[in-house]
Amino acid sequence: MRSLHRLVRRNLKWSTCLVWLGLLTSGSLKAGVTVRFAGDSDVGEGGRWTRAVVEDWAKRTGNTVQYISRPNDASATLQQFQQYWAARSADVDAYMVDVIWQGIAAPHAVDLHKYVKEDELKQHFPRIVQNNTVNGKLVSLPMFTDAGILYYRTDLLQKYGLSGPPKTWEELAQMAKKIQDGERGAGHGDFQGFVFEGKASESVTCNAVEWIYSFGGGTVVSEDKKVTINNPNAAKALDTARSWVGTISPQGVTTYSEEEARNLWQAGNAAFMRNWPYAYALGQDPKSPISGKFDVTVLPKGGADGKNAACLGGWQVMVSAYSKVPDAAADMVRFLCSPEIQKKRAIDLSQLPTIPALYNDPDVLAKNGWFKNMQEVFNNAVARPSTATGADYNQVSTALYQNTNKVLAGGESGQNAVVQIERTCKRIVR
Amino acid sequence: MAREIDLQMRQRRLAWFLIMPAVLVVVLVIGYPLIQVIVYSFLKYKLDGVTPPSFIGLSNYAFIFTDPAFWGAVQVTLLFSFFSVILETVLGLAIAMVASSKFKGRTLLRVAILVPWAIPTVVSSQIWRWMFNDIYGVANILLADLHLIPHKLAWLANASTALPVIIAVDVWKTTPFMSLLLLAGLQLIPGDLYEAAAIDGATKVRQFWTITLPLVTPTLLVALIFRTLDALRVFDIFYVMVGGQGDLQTMAIYNQQYLIQFLDAGIGSAASVVILLFIMAFVVIYTRFSRTSFE
Repeated sequence: MRSLHRLVRRNLKWSTCLVWLGLLTSGSLKAGVTVRFAGDSDVGEGGRWTRAVVEDWAKRTGNTVQYISRPNDASATLQQFQQYWAARSADVDAYMVDVIWQGIAAPHAVDLHKYVKEDELKQHFPRIVQNNTVNGKLVSLPMFTDAGILYYRTDLLQKYGLSGPPKTWEELAQMAKKIQDGERGAGHGDFQGFVFEGKASESVTCNAVEWIYSFGGGTVVSEDKKVTINNPNAAKALDTARSWVGTISPQGVTTYSEEEARNLWQAGNAAFMRNWPYAYALGQDPKSPISGKFDVTVLPKGGADGKNAACLGGWQVMVSAYSKVPDAAADMVRFLCSPEIQKKRAIDLSQLPTIPALYNDPDVLAKNGWFKNMQEVFNNAVARPSTATGADYNQVSTALYQNTNKVLAGGESGQNAVVQIERTCKRIVR
Repeated sequence: MAREIDLQMRQRRLAWFLIMPAVLVVVLVIGYPLIQVIVYSFLKYKLDGVTPPSFIGLSNYAFIFTDPAFWGAVQVTLLFSFFSVILETVLGLAIAMVASSKFKGRTLLRVAILVPWAIPTVVSSQIWRWMFNDIYGVANILLADLHLIPHKLAWLANASTALPVIIAVDVWKTTPFMSLLLLAGLQLIPGDLYEAAAIDGATKVRQFWTITLPLVTPTLLVALIFRTLDALRVFDIFYVMVGGQGDLQTMAIYNQQYLIQFLDAGIGSAASVVILLFIMAFVVIYTRFSRTSFE
């Protein structure tokens, strides 16, 4: 002790310098930066889970994350983000962006090629990486992918002696009617045959794209910017969907988004549901009334010579071009999209990874045996016309969803609807 | 004499100096954005971060006036305004008359009737939206189970059922506001007029038509102007309850769609100017009407 005291006294100048140096450097090491992340919505599990994951990253790297929840509706989220981007705001460093916003978000995103090496990028589905690349710029990294799938009640199919999930929409309508009549006769007055999203927003756009493609009606706007919506198959697709409303689907389905449909389905009040994969884990939860009573498959074809269709969804993360801390934000983005976190997401939330290798991972398959079916789903994935229409996608989607919603509510025929959509698209897409 | 004029002029100058800061603030806060919106309405201007604005004259206005969606929105707005204002005024007056008479618990009543007005519109619209859900909404459960309607209805799915529902919700929300304004007007009527009329043998109904109504008319007109202008600009209740449905757009929703959803500042600004002119037309009509009713 006394020798130490003498040592310090003798080298006072140096010791003071050392102390200051220590204080300064340790201060900057501990503080880290604050990354503001506009992440998943707090409705449902996504928000809670993502918050926990980014907190984990923050702890690992000594940074802080300020989490901002997004609205549950995708259209509302886009409106909010577009305001940030138009104002070139530095208030948010990273955004969770939909697969269809790449063209809109491109001018406001940092090119992630700067932070992500080629072999890291090759781990993901090439089609998704291609979707996220606008004019050579990697706008965002994929977090999870999504596709519309058909949920069906295995116990009810068995009860009514129906074999296997339906292969065509006609089969589905027949099966749904049979089950619905049976259940309503047995006292479940509110039982519905088929629930889906008919709400006039991006929700019904996804459904419409699936119906139209499954009947061989194309993709509204083709990749070479030609407006292809006005054809008899597309009109037939919309009219078929209209025939379900009020017969096997509730009249109010035109106001349902994903959560309304899932609430009906999960309470056990529907035989079939079209929804995104996120509903699988929620439905299989032991507390759910339908736990263990359902399975999923690819959506039906429109007639024997139709095609299976699954609307490609999925969410990505981008770094804002106006961010003051792009390096830290990019690091967080890479963490969120890494195989380790995607595997955790597949197990915890049953959301589909964007990394093909994970579909053969034993832990993932143990929890989500149904992922094996997803290969077929992805082979039939149809993308919305967002790449072809770029920044005008919003208007194209609005024309599609307003007219589809009108057809479903009985206010317009399928033929009129496709003519209207074509007229609007031709004006927008030049 | 000269000193008086001098004093007047000094007072006037002082008055100007005192008002000047407030006028300046108003010009900056209201005038500047207004001029900017009017300027933008003559430009082709997309807020996507890449396209520069360009002058295109009256093209935005031409687009709006030839857009059937816009005229549909005008129709919806006018229908909504007409019915909701009439209902709110009649009900508001009735409630105000009840609240102005003396009885026990009068203060509690006055506080209680304000509750719908106090809840933020977005919150109460969402509550009503759930109540009118076709499968698990309270409205259907009550009406269908009491056999007042043949079967459960999807109220918000069709314009023909959704518009009455929305009007009803707005009446629920805004009648307190009208009743409060009219209550203030009723309080101004001297009580001895009623006493005199009662002594002369006038019935309550006669008293209402000859005393209450004429004397509350000035307040009524002010309340009507407030309410009509608000109704013409309605946005939140439609957006929350039936947002996105093309045949249930109001002018404000049409405006928001172009400005915020499509980030088209040109058409969005032109739509704002059109709505402004529309509302100004109503103000002119109202002031003309209220002036003649006094002559």
